[in-house]
Amino acid sequence: MTAGSATLRAASASQRAHSVGQAGTGAKWLAGLLVAAYALVAIVPLVWIGLTGFKSPPDSIAYPPKVVFEPTFEGYVNLFTTRSRQTDEYIESLGPAETWYDALVRKRNMVITGPSRFVDRYLNSIVIGFGSTFLAVFLGTLAAYAFSRFKVPLKDDLLFFILSTRMMPPIAVAIPIYLMFRALGLSDTALGMILLYTAVNISLAVWLLKGFIDEIPREYEEAAVVDGYSRLQAFRKIVLPQARSGIAATAIFCLIFAWNEYAFALLLTSGEAQTAPPFIPLIIGEGGLDWPAVAAGTTLFLLPIVIFTIVLRKQLLRGITFGAVRK
Amino acid sequence: MSDSAVTSLAERVARATPGGLVHRLLSLSDRGIAWLFIAPTVALLLAINIFPLIWTVYLSFTNYRSNRPGTEIEWIGLRNYERVLGSEDIWGYLQVTAHFVVWTMLLQVVLGLGLALLINRNFRSAGFWTTLILIPMMLSPAVVGTFWTYLYQPQTGIFSYIVNLFADVGALDMIGSVGLAPWSIVIVDTWMWTPYIMLLCLAGLRSIPAYLYEAAEIDRANALQKFWYITLPRVLPFLMLAVLFRGIENFKMFDMVVELTSGGPGSTTELASINLKREAFENWRTGYSSAFAVILFVTVFGLGNIYVKALNKVKS
Repeated sequence: MTAGSATLRAASASQRAHSVGQAGTGAKWLAGLLVAAYALVAIVPLVWIGLTGFKSPPDSIAYPPKVVFEPTFEGYVNLFTTRSRQTDEYIESLGPAETWYDALVRKRNMVITGPSRFVDRYLNSIVIGFGSTFLAVFLGTLAAYAFSRFKVPLKDDLLFFILSTRMMPPIAVAIPIYLMFRALGLSDTALGMILLYTAVNISLAVWLLKGFIDEIPREYEEAAVVDGYSRLQAFRKIVLPQARSGIAATAIFCLIFAWNEYAFALLLTSGEAQTAPPFIPLIIGEGGLDWPAVAAGTTLFLLPIVIFTIVLRKQLLRGITFGAVRK
Repeated sequence: MSDSAVTSLAERVARATPGGLVHRLLSLSDRGIAWLFIAPTVALLLAINIFPLIWTVYLSFTNYRSNRPGTEIEWIGLRNYERVLGSEDIWGYLQVTAHFVVWTMLLQVVLGLGLALLINRNFRSAGFWTTLILIPMMLSPAVVGTFWTYLYQPQTGIFSYIVNLFADVGALDMIGSVGLAPWSIVIVDTWMWTPYIMLLCLAGLRSIPAYLYEAAEIDRANALQKFWYITLPRVLPFLMLAVLFRGIENFKMFDMVVELTSGGPGSTTELASINLKREAFENWRTGYSSAFAVILFVTVFGLGNIYVKALNKVKS
C-alpha cells in the first residue's frame, strides 16, 4: 500500500513536471523572480545581523546605517569577556597590551576582567539540547514501535492524549513545574531541563516516528521471527536500521526545539543551567549599546541552525509536512 | 582439536537457543513489550505535563502565592475566575492577542499560499530559494525578537531606513509608538512563519494529481477556474491545518514578543501569555494566574475543536 502510493506519487510528479513544462517559460521565469525577490528580502535581517557582529559599537548605531565599514572583532571580544572601564593613567600603568584582544579593548578605555558566561550558556544549550533529544528519540522510538505494531488498548485515545499535551501553553504549566522542581531540587539543573524538554518533545517524536515505522513493511520482521529471532531482536536488528533516516529527522526536530526554547528556560533556570536564548538579550551591557556583541552572540547561536537547515532540508521538509499531514 | 570444535559447536547452539532468564526477557509476550515500550513515555507525560496541569487547576481555586511558601493555602472557590473574567484589563489583553493572531494568519496565508503557487511552477533553482525562505522559521523566537529590536531602532535601524527609501515617512519608532507596536510584532511573526504556511500549501499542491488539470484543459477551463475548482479545494485542508497549528502557537505567543516589545508601550502588545507570566512570576499571584491559565487553555482547546470540525467538513 505505501510502496504503491509512493510510485503513484512519483508517477504523478513526473506527469505534473511534464504538464508544467508546457506552461510558458515566461511565467516560470517571473515566478522564479518573485520567489527570489522574497527570499532576498527575507534574508536581509540575518545578513545584517551577521555583518553587525563585525562592526565597532559606534558603527553599529551610525546614521545612515553603514553597509561598508571597517570590520573588527570587537563584538566577538566583548561577547566572550567581561570588561571594566578604567582611567587612562591606570591603563598606561599596565604597560603595552599583551594580546590583540587586550589592545582592542583598551582602545575603548576598558580592561578585560575575565571571561563572560556566554561559553557556559552555550555549553548548557548543547548539553540540554542533545540530552533531551536523545531521551525523547529513544523513548519515542520504543513507544512509536509499540503503537505501530501491537494492539494497544485505547490506542487512538492514548495517541491523541500524547499529542494534546503539546497544545498546552508553556506558561500555564510553568507554575506547578516551577513548584515541583523546587520541591525535588531540580530547579536550575541541567537534568531538570533535560526531563522537561524530553516531555515536551516526546509527543512530536512519537507521532513522527510512528509514521516512519508504519512505512517499514511488517514482512521483514515476520520473516526474522520465523528465522528464530525474538520480537526484541527483530526490533533491534531489522526495524531500527530501517528507521534510521526517520529517527534522524525526528532527532533534528527535537534538537531544534530544545535549542530554541525560551519560556521554560527563562522561568526555571537562572544561574547554573541557563541556556543561551534567555542569556543573549542580556549581553547588551552597560548603556544598552553593545549591539555588535549581541549580534555576535546571535550569529554564533543561530549559525548551527542555519547550516542544519541548508544541509538537511530534505529531512526537515519531510518532518514538517509529515507531522501535519499525519495529524 | 576435536574438543574445541565440539565446544564451539555447543557455544553456537547455546547462542542460537537462548535459555533461562535471557530467553524469557527476549521472548516477552507482544503485550508485555507493548507496555514496556509505551510506559516510560506515558509516565513522563503524566509526571511533567498532566500532573502540573491538574495542579494548575487546583491552584486556580486557591489564594496561593508561590513567593510565600509558609502561608496556609486557602480554598476560595471560583473567586479567581470571577476576578479574571470581571477584569477589564484581561479583555484588553485578549483583544491584543486577537489582533495579533488574526493579522498574522491573514498575512501569512496570503503570502504563504502565493509563494507556494509560485514555487510549484518548478522554475530553475527553486530548491535553493526555498531553502533560503525556510531559514527564519527554524530560528529561536526569543533571539529573533532580540535582534529585531536592533533592526527596529527608530533612528539608526535598517528597517526604518529601508522603508524611508521607498516612502518618506521619517524615523519609524516601531517598538516605541502606540500605533506601530502592534504591527511590529505582526511583521516579525509574518517574516518568521510565512515559510511554514508556504510549506504546507506546497505539500497540498504536490498532492493534486496532474490528470485533474489535464481534464480541466480538455474542458477549456481558464486559469482562474482551475484555481477555484481544482487547486483551492485541494489545498484548503492543508492550509487550514497550517492555520490551526500556527493559530494555536500564536494564541500562546510569548518568547518573540517578550524580547521584542515586552508588552509595551503601555500594554499595547501585552499578549495573554505575557500578562500571564507577569501575574505569575512578577506579581506572584499564583492562584489568580492559574485561573487565567486554565481559561486560556480551555479557550485554545475549544476554539481548536470548533476549527477541527470545520476542517473535517472541508475535507469531506
